[in-house]
Amino acid sequence: MSAPNKSYDPVEVEALKPEVVEQARDEAVAAFAAASTLDELKQAKVAHTGDRSALSLANREIGALPPHAKAAAGKLIGQARGAVNQALAKRQVELEAERDARVLVEEAVDVTLPYDRAPRGARHPLTTLAERIEDTFVAMGYQVAEGPEVEAEWLNFDALNLGPDHPARSMQDTFFVQAPDGSADSGVVLRTQTSPVQARTLLDREPPVYVVCPGRVYRTDELDATHTPVFRQVEGLAVDEGITFADLKGTIEVLVEKLIGGGLELRWRPSYFPFTEPSAEIDLQCFVCRGESVGNPDRPCRTCSSEGWIELGGCGVVNPRVLVACGVDPNRYSGFAFGLGLERILMNRHNVADMRDMVEGDVRFTLPFGMEI
Amino acid sequence: MRVPLSWLREYVDLPAGETGRDVAERLVRAGLEVETVEQLGGDLKGPLVVGEVLSIEELTGFKKPIRHCFVNVGDANGTGEPQEIVCGATNFAVGDKVVVVLPGAVLPGPFPISARQTYGQTSAGMICSARELGMGDDHDGIIVLPPEFEPGTDAIELLQLVDEVLDIAVTPDRGYCLSLRGVAREAAAAYGLPLADPALLDVPPANSFGYLVKVADPAGCDRFVARTVVGVDPTAKSPIWLQRRLQKAGIRPISLTVDITNYVMLEVGQPLHAYDKQRVEGPITVRRAEQGETLTTLDGVKRTLSAEDLLICDNSGPIGLAGVMGGASTEILDPAAGPGTTEVIIEAAHFDAVAIARAAKRHKLPSEASKRFERGVDPEAARAAAQRAVDLLVLIAGGTAEAGVTDIAAPHPVRTITIAADLPDRVAGTAYGRETVTRRLQEIGCSVAGADILEVTPPTWRPDLTDPYDLAEEVIRLEGYDNVPARMPNVPPGKGLTEAQRTHRRIGVALAGAGYVEVNNYPFLGESAFEALGLEPEDRRRRTVKLVNPLNDEEPALRTTLLPGLLGALRRNVGRGNTDLAIYETGTVFLPKDELTVAPRPAVDHRPSNEELAELDAALPDQPRRVAVALAGERLPSGWWGQGAQAFWADAVEAARTVARAAGVELTVRQGQQAPWHPGRCAELLVAGTDRVVGHAGELHPRVVKALGLPARTSAMEVDIDLLTADGAEKVNGPAVSGFPVATQDVALIVDAAVPAADVEAALRSGAGELLEAIRLFDVFTGEQVGEGRKSLAYALRFRAADRTLTAEEATAAREAAVAEAVARTGAVLRGA
Repeated sequence: MSAPNKSYDPVEVEALKPEVVEQARDEAVAAFAAASTLDELKQAKVAHTGDRSALSLANREIGALPPHAKAAAGKLIGQARGAVNQALAKRQVELEAERDARVLVEEAVDVTLPYDRAPRGARHPLTTLAERIEDTFVAMGYQVAEGPEVEAEWLNFDALNLGPDHPARSMQDTFFVQAPDGSADSGVVLRTQTSPVQARTLLDREPPVYVVCPGRVYRTDELDATHTPVFRQVEGLAVDEGITFADLKGTIEVLVEKLIGGGLELRWRPSYFPFTEPSAEIDLQCFVCRGESVGNPDRPCRTCSSEGWIELGGCGVVNPRVLVACGVDPNRYSGFAFGLGLERILMNRHNVADMRDMVEGDVRFTLPFGMEI
Repeated sequence: MRVPLSWLREYVDLPAGETGRDVAERLVRAGLEVETVEQLGGDLKGPLVVGEVLSIEELTGFKKPIRHCFVNVGDANGTGEPQEIVCGATNFAVGDKVVVVLPGAVLPGPFPISARQTYGQTSAGMICSARELGMGDDHDGIIVLPPEFEPGTDAIELLQLVDEVLDIAVTPDRGYCLSLRGVAREAAAAYGLPLADPALLDVPPANSFGYLVKVADPAGCDRFVARTVVGVDPTAKSPIWLQRRLQKAGIRPISLTVDITNYVMLEVGQPLHAYDKQRVEGPITVRRAEQGETLTTLDGVKRTLSAEDLLICDNSGPIGLAGVMGGASTEILDPAAGPGTTEVIIEAAHFDAVAIARAAKRHKLPSEASKRFERGVDPEAARAAAQRAVDLLVLIAGGTAEAGVTDIAAPHPVRTITIAADLPDRVAGTAYGRETVTRRLQEIGCSVAGADILEVTPPTWRPDLTDPYDLAEEVIRLEGYDNVPARMPNVPPGKGLTEAQRTHRRIGVALAGAGYVEVNNYPFLGESAFEALGLEPEDRRRRTVKLVNPLNDEEPALRTTLLPGLLGALRRNVGRGNTDLAIYETGTVFLPKDELTVAPRPAVDHRPSNEELAELDAALPDQPRRVAVALAGERLPSGWWGQGAQAFWADAVEAARTVARAAGVELTVRQGQQAPWHPGRCAELLVAGTDRVVGHAGELHPRVVKALGLPARTSAMEVDIDLLTADGAEKVNGPAVSGFPVATQDVALIVDAAVPAADVEAALRSGAGELLEAIRLFDVFTGEQVGEGRKSLAYALRFRAADRTLTAEEATAAREAAVAEAVARTGAVLRGA
C-alpha cells in the first residue's frame, strides 16, 4: 500500500484509472451473480467489498490525491461501489428466497399421520337423550322436576290411584325396601316409575303446572336383550284450566317431530293406567319400514319386528282422583301426563340391538355418541 | 286371553273376508292389546284324511319299535287300495281310526310329505301325532279318533286345523275381556254389529231343593250358584270341537267334566268348579279359614291357610281355596284309575276381588280362576254359566240335570253414575254431542236416562265403571282416539333449567371434555363390595338401605358410594381389552337416616297434611348426588410423537378440580386418609375457605387394586355434588387486565419433604402481595443436593402492576417478601442461598 503523497499525480495511480475501477466493479457483479449459495455469496462479498478488495484499496488512494483530483476520483469509486452493493443486495434477496423455499419443502410432513394424543370422552347417550327431551319441553315453557329414586309407596302407588290391592300394582314388579324391623312394611320402595315426581310437584305448587321428570326407575326384571331392572323414563305433566286429551295429542306430536322427525303417523291405542283416564299407548309408525314389512315375509323389519309400529310410551288425561290426592281441585283443573322409556327410544332412534350394551358401561358403546345426540 | 277367530265368529257375524289381522287392528283401536295373531295351519296342505288301521306288522331288529301298517284311507289316495305306512308310534291298534297324511301334502313346518323307503319298507305317508299337526305340544303319541268317522274324510276340516288366534293382553280394568263373551262384545261395538250373547240362556229359577250351601261370609262371596248332574258317563270323552277350542285357547284338555267347566269359563268368563258329589260330605259352607288350617289343592300341594283365606268347606273341612283352586279330596276322578265320577256339583260363585287377589298372591297360585276374579267377574253370569255347564254335561256326558237349583245372592245395590252429557267433550277437547254419548254408553251395556245430565247404570260385567270419567273414557275410546283433534296448550313462560340442573350438565360436559367416558351402573351391592374396598367395620358407608327382594341375594343393598359399580365397569372394560380407561359416573347414593322410620300411608281422598308429607320424606334415606371417576392405563397415549403418560393419582385429583370448576367452586386439597385409597396418595377435597370435606381422590390402595383385579395404580375420585354446591357458585368478577410489561422471577425453595406444596404456594402468594399476577410450580426435585428428607420446589413468579412498568427493584422486593413469608411459615430455605 502506498503512503499518502501530495506530489503524486493521480493519472499516474494505476488503481484509480477508470478502466481499472470499471473492471473491478464488473468482476464483483459477475462474482455475485455466479454465487449459487449464500455461503459463496458471502465469500464473494468479502472478496469484492472487503478491506482487501480492489475497490477498497482504490478508495484509499483517494486520500493521497491533490484536492482538485479527489472529487472526480471519489465519484468514480462511489458509483462503482454503489453498483456493487446493489448487485450484492439483489443476489442476497434471491438466494435467501431460494433457501426459504427449500427449507419449507424440507419441513413438509405427512399430514395423514394419526393423532390421538388428547384422550376422547363422551357422555352416555341415555343422558344426552334425556337432555334433548328436557330441552324440547323447556323451550315450550316446562320446568324440569326431579325426585328421589327410593320413594314412599304412597307417592309411587297410592297417590296415583293404585290402592294396596289394585291389580295394576302387581303388574309392576316392585323392589321393596326393608323396614327397620327387617320386614317389607317400610312403606318405601324403589320407584317403579317417575310418576311420583309428578305427585310431588302437584303437592308442592299451585297449578298451572307444566313439568317434565327424567330419572332412573326400577323393576324386578332380569337383564336381557330387551329388559333391564334399572331403566330411565321421562314423564311429562301438564295441569291447568281446560287441559284436554287434544292438548296431549298436540304436545306428543311436537315431541315426536323434534325427537325423531316429521311425516310419521302416530297411532293412539286405548289402554289402561290407574293414574290417567282416558289412557293411551302411543305407537309411532316404524321409521325404517314405514309399515311395509307388515304381512310381508320377504321384507322383514328388525326395528319394528315387522309390526309396522313402535311403542313410544303411555299417556292420558290425569285421573281426577290423582288430583284430589294431591290437593288439586278437579272441578277447576285438569291435566295430561305421559311417560316415555328412554332405552327403547334410544334402541329405535340409534339402532341399538341389545339393551345390555346400554348398561354394561363398555366405553366402545358410548364413545361414538360424543357430547350430544 | 287367546281368542280363536272361528269361535269369535259364533257370537259376532264378522264380514266373511275379514282376517285375524283386520279384526286385531279394530280391537287394538278399541283398546284391546292384541299382541299377536297366530296363523294355525297356515302352511298346511292336504291330503290329510281319516284312516282305519287294517293291519300292523311289528318290525324287529331296530333300536326302537317300528310298525309296518296298512291303512284304509277310502278313496283319498285315488286308488281305494290300502295305504302302506311305516310308523314309529305304538299307541294304536288294528281297527283304530287315525289321521293319515298322504304324499304330496305339507305339514306345518313346512314339512312336505312324499313316499319313501324306510326300515326296508315303503312308507307312503304318515300316521300323525297332535304335535305334527300343530295342535299342541303336550302329546307325543298319534291321534286316535272316535270310531264314527269314515275313512277318507278330510281331517283338516274335522280337526279344525286352520284358524287364526288373537292373543290379547287384557289390562286389569277389562276383566270381562277374559272371555269370548267380552271380546265379542268389543268386536261387535267396533264393527257396529249385533252380539249373540252366550250368557242369554233360559235358566230355571232358584228353588229350595238344590244342594245345600251356606255362605258365612257374604262380603267375601256375594253369589253362590250350585247345580247337580247325575248319571254322568265317566268314560265319555270330550268331543273334538271342544278339545280343539280349548287347545286353541291355550288350555290342555283333561277330562270331559273339567273340560266343560274350562270351556264355559272361556265362553262366559265365569270360573266354575266341579266337585265329585259323592266325595263331598254334607252341605257346602263358604267361610274364612281358621289360623293353621290346611288344604291339599288340586296340584297336590298341602297348603297352610291364613285367616284371610276364603274357603269352600264341607263337613270334613276345607275342600277348596275359593276362587283360586279346588281341593284334591273332592276332585273329579279319572276313570282310568278306578271308578270315575258319575255325580257332579257345579259351583258358579262370585268372590270378592281383593280377597282372591291376596289369596293368589299369598299362596303364589295365580290360576285362570283367580286371574278373572281379581279383575272382576259378572255376578249375573253365574246362573247362565252353571246352566251352560249342566247343558253340556247332559248333552255330551249323558248326565241328567237334577231339578234343584241353589242360588244364594247377597243384595246388590244398583250403581248409578251421574254424568254431565258434555263431560266426554270436555275431557277430549272435541264435541261428540249427547246422542253419540248416549249411544256409545248403551253399546257397552249401560242403561242411560236423562238429557243434559245423564243417569247411567253400568252393566254388571263392568265393575270398573264407577265414576263419570270412567264413562267419558268409554265414549272417547269407542269414538276413536285418532278422531280427537291435536292442539297445543297455552303454557305460561317458563324459567328454564335450575342452577343445579345446569351445574349437573356442566359437570358431565367438563368430564367428557377432559376425556372421561360416562357409564351408568346398577346401584345394587353387597358386603363383599365393602370388603374389597377395605372399609373398616364401623365405616359409615357400610350402613345401607336394604331390599326385601333383591335381584341377587348377594347384592341386597343400595350403594353408599359410586366406587364399587364404577370400578366394576373399569374391570369389565379391561377384561374386554380396553386397557387405557378414564370413566365417570354421576348418580345418587342412598344413605340411611340416623333415625329409621316407616312411611305412613295417608288417605287418598284429600291432600295429606304437611306433617304427613314430612313423615313420608323422613322415612326415605338421604339421596345425595355424587360424581366419581376411575382411571387406569395410559392417560395420554404414546405414539409417533413421543412418550405418553400413565394415569396416576394426580389425574384423579385434577378430575375433582374439573368438577369443582364446572360447579364454580374452588377446592382446597390436603393430604387425606380414606379407604379405598392409598394411605400416602389420597387427597382430601374441601370447599375452599370451609372445613367441608366433599370427597377424596388419588391412587387406590394396592390391596384394593389386587382384591378387585384392577390394573396397577388405578386411580379414582368421588365427590358429593350436593355438598360441593351447597353454597352456590362463586360469582366471577371480570379481572382488570394490565397492559404493562411482566416481570418474571424464579425461586427454588428447599423444604421438609412432609411440607405440602400447597402450603408453600399459599405462603408465597400471601407474601408476594398484589403485584403477583401468577405463580407456577415448574419443578420438584429430591436428591443429595437438597439433603435427606428434603425437597426443592421451583416456582416461576410473574409480577405485574396495574398502572406502571415495574422496576427490577420492585419485582425483586416482591419476590423477597414472598420468600420471607415461605421461610416463616414453612421453614423453607432459599436454594443456592
